[in-house]
Amino acid sequence: MTAIPPSELDRPALARGRSAADADLRSVSAAIRRAEFGDRLRSLALAGPLLVLLALSFGIPIVLLLSRAVYDPTIASALPQTSQALSGWSGSGLPDDAAFLALAADLRDNQAKGTAYELAKSLNARLPGARSQVLKTVRQLESAGDKPPLEVVKSVPFWSQPGTWPAIANGTHAVTSFYLLSALDLRWNADGSIERVPPEQAIFLQVFMRTFFVAAAVTLATLMLAFPLAYLIASAPKGLAAILIVAVLLPFWTSILVRTAAWTVLLQKFGLVNDLLLWLGVVDDRLDLMYSRIGLIIAMTHIQLPFTLLPIYSVMRTIPPSQMKAAYSLGGRPFTAFRRIYLPQVFPGVMAGCLLTFILCLGYYITPALIGGASDQLISNFIANYVNVELNWEMAAALSFILLVFTLALFGIFARILGLDRLKLV
Amino acid sequence: MTAAATARPAGNSASAPAADLNGFVEFTDVEKSYDGRTFAVTRLNLSVARGEFLTLLGPSGSGKTTTLNMLAGFERPTRGVITLEGRSVDRLPPYERNIGMVFQNYALFPHMTVEENVAFPLSVRKIDKADITTRVGRALDMVRLKQFGDRRPTQLSGGQQQRVALARALVFEPSLVLMDEPLGALDKKLREHMQLEIKQLHTMLGVTIVYVTHDQSEALTMSDRVAVFNNGGIAQLGSPDDLYNTPQSSFVASFIGENNTLAGKVERVVGKECRIVLDGGGAITALAIGVAEGAACHVAIRPERLGLAAAAQAGNRLAATVDGRIYLGDHQRLLARLENGQVLTIKVGPEATMANGEPVMVSCAPGDCRAFPADAGTGGSISKTTGE
Repeated sequence: MTAIPPSELDRPALARGRSAADADLRSVSAAIRRAEFGDRLRSLALAGPLLVLLALSFGIPIVLLLSRAVYDPTIASALPQTSQALSGWSGSGLPDDAAFLALAADLRDNQAKGTAYELAKSLNARLPGARSQVLKTVRQLESAGDKPPLEVVKSVPFWSQPGTWPAIANGTHAVTSFYLLSALDLRWNADGSIERVPPEQAIFLQVFMRTFFVAAAVTLATLMLAFPLAYLIASAPKGLAAILIVAVLLPFWTSILVRTAAWTVLLQKFGLVNDLLLWLGVVDDRLDLMYSRIGLIIAMTHIQLPFTLLPIYSVMRTIPPSQMKAAYSLGGRPFTAFRRIYLPQVFPGVMAGCLLTFILCLGYYITPALIGGASDQLISNFIANYVNVELNWEMAAALSFILLVFTLALFGIFARILGLDRLKLV
Repeated sequence: MTAAATARPAGNSASAPAADLNGFVEFTDVEKSYDGRTFAVTRLNLSVARGEFLTLLGPSGSGKTTTLNMLAGFERPTRGVITLEGRSVDRLPPYERNIGMVFQNYALFPHMTVEENVAFPLSVRKIDKADITTRVGRALDMVRLKQFGDRRPTQLSGGQQQRVALARALVFEPSLVLMDEPLGALDKKLREHMQLEIKQLHTMLGVTIVYVTHDQSEALTMSDRVAVFNNGGIAQLGSPDDLYNTPQSSFVASFIGENNTLAGKVERVVGKECRIVLDGGGAITALAIGVAEGAACHVAIRPERLGLAAAAQAGNRLAATVDGRIYLGDHQRLLARLENGQVLTIKVGPEATMANGEPVMVSCAPGDCRAFPADAGTGGSISKTTGE
C-alpha cells in the first residue's frame, strides 16, 4: 500500500504531456489516500474500546497521580489568609505579626472544618516535626479562652524557628518542585538555588542506585541461565522441548507471592539451601541468605527467568540449523560461527528479554519486602510506604515519576541502539 | 559395482592425472545408523573423480542426504572410511574440510549484506581486506550479481539468493562443492535456467561437484555420472545414458524416465534372452537381467521403444485396444490396453489419429525389453508408470 513511485507512473503518461500526467498522479494518490484513510479508521474503531479502557483505567489515573508530584494545593487552600499575609514577605527573618495573626485565624478555620490534621500532615512532609507542632498550636488556640491568638502562636517556639516560615511560604505555592527535588535528594536553599540535602537526610539516590544494581544483577543472572537453556530447548526434539517449556512456564502459573514465600522457606537459616550447602561441605557455617541482598537476587532471578528466556527462545527457534551448518562448511570454527552468525541473529531476542526483565525488576515490591533485609528495600517499597503508611502521596508520586523517567530513558537508549523494530518481545 | 564406480566419463579420462584413478573422494564400506537398528546408509562404496559432476539421486529417505552430510562432516559414519584426496576425514570437523556447500534453503546469513555473506568464508580464513574485496567482486561477477552487493539476502528473489549461495560456496576456491537439492525451492523455469548456470560454472572452474536431488530429469541433464540411491545403498551408478538405456534393476528402470512394467514368469532362458509368459495371457521375449527360469519377473519397456506394428514386422507383438490418447504437441502418448487388462503407454507421432476402442498391434524388439527379477521395490513403480 506504499505510494507508487512517481517515475513509474510518469513514464507511460509522458506522451500526454506533463500536466496531464501530474493531474493523473494526484488523483491516483488522492484515491489511494482516501482508501487508506477508510481502512485506518475502521481498524481504529476496532481498537476503540481498548483505547477507551486504557485511557480510563491506565492513562488518566497515572497522569492524575503523577501530577500530585508537582501540584499540591493543600497548604495554599488550608492557609488562605496566611498566604495573603506572606505575599509581601521578603523571605528572610520572621514575618510581621499580621502573618502570625493570619496563621492563627487559618488554624482555627481548619479546626472548625476538621481539616487541621490534613494540614499538619502536609506541612510535616515539607518540614519534619511540623505535624505535632501544628496540632499542639491548634489545641492551644482552642483552649486559650481570652488569651490573644497572636500570643498563643508566638508562645509555641516552633513558629519562631528559622526554617518554619520559608517552608510555609513555599507551601502556599500550589505548583511545587519540592517533591521532585526531594526524590533526588535535592532541595531549595535559602538563597534560591538548588543544593544537595545533608548526607544524613539523603536517601533516595542511594535507593535508586540500589534498585538499578539489583535489577542489573538479576538481569545478568537470568541471561546467564536463560541463554543456554533457550538454546537447549530450541535445539531439542519436539517432545522434549515441550516438556522443558512447560517446566519453565510452570512457575508462571503460581502467584508471585507463593513463589516468594517458597523462597523464604528455602533460604532461611535452617532451610533447605543451607542444609544442602552444609551437607555438600561448600560452607562451614550456615549462611544468612534470608533478609540479604544475595537471597533477594536469587529469588528475583528465579521469578524473572521466563521473562528473559521466552524472547530469546522465540528468536532462537526461528534460526534454521542450516545457518550454523553453512557457517561451519564455509570454514567458521565453532566460536567464530557462534559470534558472527548465531549471536547477531539472536541479539534482538537477548536484548528484548533483558530489557523486559530489567524494567520489571525496577518495580519489584513483594519479593524485596519479604526476602530482602532493611537495606535491600527497593524504590517500590518506599513508594508503597509513602502511599500506605506515611500517606504522603505527593512524595510517592514524585518517586514514581523519577522512576518512570529513568525507565523511559533506558528504554529510549535501548531503542536507539537497536532500532525499536528489531526488539522482539515474544 | 566398484568397477563401474571408478570408471571415468569417457571424455575426461584421457587427460585426468594418474592420482585421480584412486578417487578424489572415496567411500569405503560406509554405514550410518541413527538408532543402532536400522541403517540410513548401508555398505556404501563410492568413488568420485576430481572435476566430476556426480549426482546422488533417489527418493526421500534413500540415504542420499545422509551420504552428503557424512562427506560434509555434519554426520559421522557408524562404520567405514571416507577419504578426501587420500586422507581419511574421520576426525576432521566440517570447518577444516575446505568443502563448499550449497543448501536447499540457501542458508544465507540474513543479518549480513550479499557482499558480507560472500566475504564470510574468506574473512574466517584471515585473508587480507583488499584481497577479500577483489575476490568477492569476482565471485559476484561470476554469478552476475555485482550490483546487488549491498542488498540484504531477503531483498533478493529466490534465484538471486541461490546465486549468492553459489558464489559464497565457490569464493574460497574449494576443490569440492556439495549441493543439497539447491534448486528445490525454485519454480520450473528458473530451475532449468539455474541447472544450466551451475553446469557452466562447473565446466568453467573445473571444481568437483557432488549434487543431491530427487528430480531425475535434473540428474540426467547436469551430471557426468549419477548414483541412484534406494534403501540406503546405491542401486546403480553410471552415466545418464547408461542409467536410461541399460538399467540394471526394476527400480532404476522405473525411477529414471518413464517406463511400462509388465509382470510375468520366466519360461526359459536362452543365452542373453528369455521367454516370458505374462500374467493374464500373452508372451514376450526380453533381455534377461539376472532372472532365473521359473521365477516371477518384471519386464520394463520405454514408451518410445514401443511401436504400432506393420503386419510383417518381427519381434514381440501384443494385441491391444486404444484406451486414450494424450496430445503433447511434438508427440502423443497412446494408452493401449492389453488383453490381460494392463495399459501400456506408447510414444507415437503427432499425426496419429486412433479412436478409442480401435484394435492395434503393439510391437517392440526383444533387445528393448528388459526382464528383472520381481522385487519389493517394483510394486510402487508399476502404479507410477501406468497411472493405475
